[in-house]
Amino acid sequence: MSATSCNHAKEADRFTADRPRVQWHDQALWFVRAKRDAAAHAVEEWEQLRETASQIKRHTLARLPEYLEQFEENALRLGAQVHWARDADEHNRIVLRILQQHGVHKLVKSKSMLTEECHLNPFLEQHGIEVVDTDLGERIVQLRDQPPSHIVLPAIHIKKEEVGQLFHQCLGTESGATDPKYLTEAARGHLREKFLEAQAGLSGVNFAVAETGGVIVCTNEGNADLGTSLPRLHIACVGIEKIVPRAADLAVFLRLLARSATGQPITTYTSHFHGPIPGGELHIVLVDNGRSRIRADRQFWESLKCIRCGACLNTCPVYRRSGGYSYQHTIPGPIGSVLGPLQDAKKNYSLPYACSLCGSCTDVCPVKVPLHHQLLTWRGEIVRRGLLPWRKWLEMKVVSWVLRNRRRYQWSGKLAGWAVRWTPRWMLYNRLNDWGKSRELPEFPRKSFRELYRNRNGRNQ
Amino acid sequence: MQVGLFIPCYIDQLFPDVGMATVEVLEKLGVQVDFPIEQTCCGQPMANTGCIEDTRPLAERFLAIFRDYPYVVCPSGSCVSMVRHHYEAYLAGRPGFEELKRKTMELCEFLVQVLGIDRIDARFPHRVGLHNSCHGHRELRLGAASELVIRPYNKVRKLLESVDGIQLTELERPDECCGFGGTFAVNEQAVSTLMGLDRLQDHQQAGSEVITAADMSCLMHLDGLIRRNGKSLRVMHVAQIFAGRPLSGSPLATSLAK
Repeated sequence: MSATSCNHAKEADRFTADRPRVQWHDQALWFVRAKRDAAAHAVEEWEQLRETASQIKRHTLARLPEYLEQFEENALRLGAQVHWARDADEHNRIVLRILQQHGVHKLVKSKSMLTEECHLNPFLEQHGIEVVDTDLGERIVQLRDQPPSHIVLPAIHIKKEEVGQLFHQCLGTESGATDPKYLTEAARGHLREKFLEAQAGLSGVNFAVAETGGVIVCTNEGNADLGTSLPRLHIACVGIEKIVPRAADLAVFLRLLARSATGQPITTYTSHFHGPIPGGELHIVLVDNGRSRIRADRQFWESLKCIRCGACLNTCPVYRRSGGYSYQHTIPGPIGSVLGPLQDAKKNYSLPYACSLCGSCTDVCPVKVPLHHQLLTWRGEIVRRGLLPWRKWLEMKVVSWVLRNRRRYQWSGKLAGWAVRWTPRWMLYNRLNDWGKSRELPEFPRKSFRELYRNRNGRNQ
Repeated sequence: MQVGLFIPCYIDQLFPDVGMATVEVLEKLGVQVDFPIEQTCCGQPMANTGCIEDTRPLAERFLAIFRDYPYVVCPSGSCVSMVRHHYEAYLAGRPGFEELKRKTMELCEFLVQVLGIDRIDARFPHRVGLHNSCHGHRELRLGAASELVIRPYNKVRKLLESVDGIQLTELERPDECCGFGGTFAVNEQAVSTLMGLDRLQDHQQAGSEVITAADMSCLMHLDGLIRRNGKSLRVMHVAQIFAGRPLSGSPLATSLAK
């Protein structure tokens, strides 16, 4: 194992050490999953919507170059300026250049996982630009100097008491205050000033419509609307997989997105940006950053269908109990465990194994990304590329050798049973016995099924 | 009707009574059961680790051993799913493989779909919680997954409901994973344990005396946690309930005690 790789199980240990917090985290996310279930079950044609959404995404990805060009043409026609970024670095430089050309030193941002992926904030800050995240959860993690731990609920791992303490230190709220309404009001006041001071607003994009050239941003706080209406300059950063062909397709995706994400029928604000505001500028930055490579990947291209709703995180029994940071990747949970190794297989080799293959993510996904199948496929790739720790690799070689021959298998079973029965408990439950750390081993019987079956048939004959 | 009995390796070695109960249930319904002795393991531990080349010979052995049976029946949804959904990578195009996929069935599925059974002649006067093991539930679709917006059904539960005297409990999370997940249980020991403990908690609040499932591997993990934590819950495979086994102290004890 290389020093640069992340081991999810080890990282998870930090989070699981605090049992009450794990329980709280699990229940908070399960509450969202339950809300999602209620919202989905209220839509009779839910499964038909999922299938349609999947088909639209498959179609769009197959013809992505055409749709991107169509989008650019229409966006230009609406008066927007369109930029193409090959990777994170180019994306960051484009954004910086636009800001510098406009003399911007204060920027407000609404939620964008793409800019997290590109590590835009630290880059801009290095160049003397103040960046303020205006989504409440994003602002909380920003003040704590942390990345988001969830793609839709960035501060889900932080308790309201901790937010109270943070706001007391950073925003001067009363010491010991925990009332969410009071704390939210305080954040609102603080952010209002930032909105008024800002010279530019940057937003992510949920959907970019090829036939209109419009971009659609969904938020619950209206922060994207304020951040892009007060300043004259709006920069919208879009991953190239966010394209949908027609405005009518939004009728499918908008019904699925909020219900899957938070169990709401629709987000409070669904804003359609068609060109710049009067007297202002709209810059759309289309970002590849590995997406073309994924698109060409025979095994994993369907992961590009993802609309970042976070439903797979909420339903994942591992994510709920290991926390977002245990993944050590911008996007955690099942979809992050597929995308992580696509970005860096060596660093993220353990993520596809941070999964019990329960399949809940696959069934909850509104665009039918076959998530747990992709995680299993990744495991095969990890082994093929020689990235699995050698001990595990060797274990499987030995087990396979034993199982390929009936007699070897039977004798190994006898030997294991004998060893478990006769080894003293303190030796059997040693520190290498990961099963036994928290569980009793099964009681090895003296006779296997095949022996009982043979004896019985022997008697019968 | 003749079936080839496919007994997963860990049931053969660790839970022989689950195998015996399966035989008894099938024979009582007039099925002629044959256990081909050459079988070992379907290869799932290797496949789920990603060791494709170490799985291939086991998939090939499986096909050779079972290809001539009209049906292959197994008391494990997970191992059946391995054959039906994951052997493609190793056996696609091999003679007999398409038929093998069609005729390899989990026990409850075989009882309901092939034998057309909707009543089990057994008595089990206890409060029972059904654990919907994931691979049977979401890959074989033995029941409607809670994520999907489809008409509710559950083949395992339906059979259990027909058992005389049984009371099935209602869980808060009816199909959440127990955290076994094969090698996941040891690779991610801490998370796996927390998942299991949460399942036990759910069964306790629902008043289950016994946790049952169509997969013994989940129950092995849960039983390990029950015994370590001194809980009063017990585990039994559905085949053991169907075969009329009394409530047992340990899932493997019954036939051995005889």
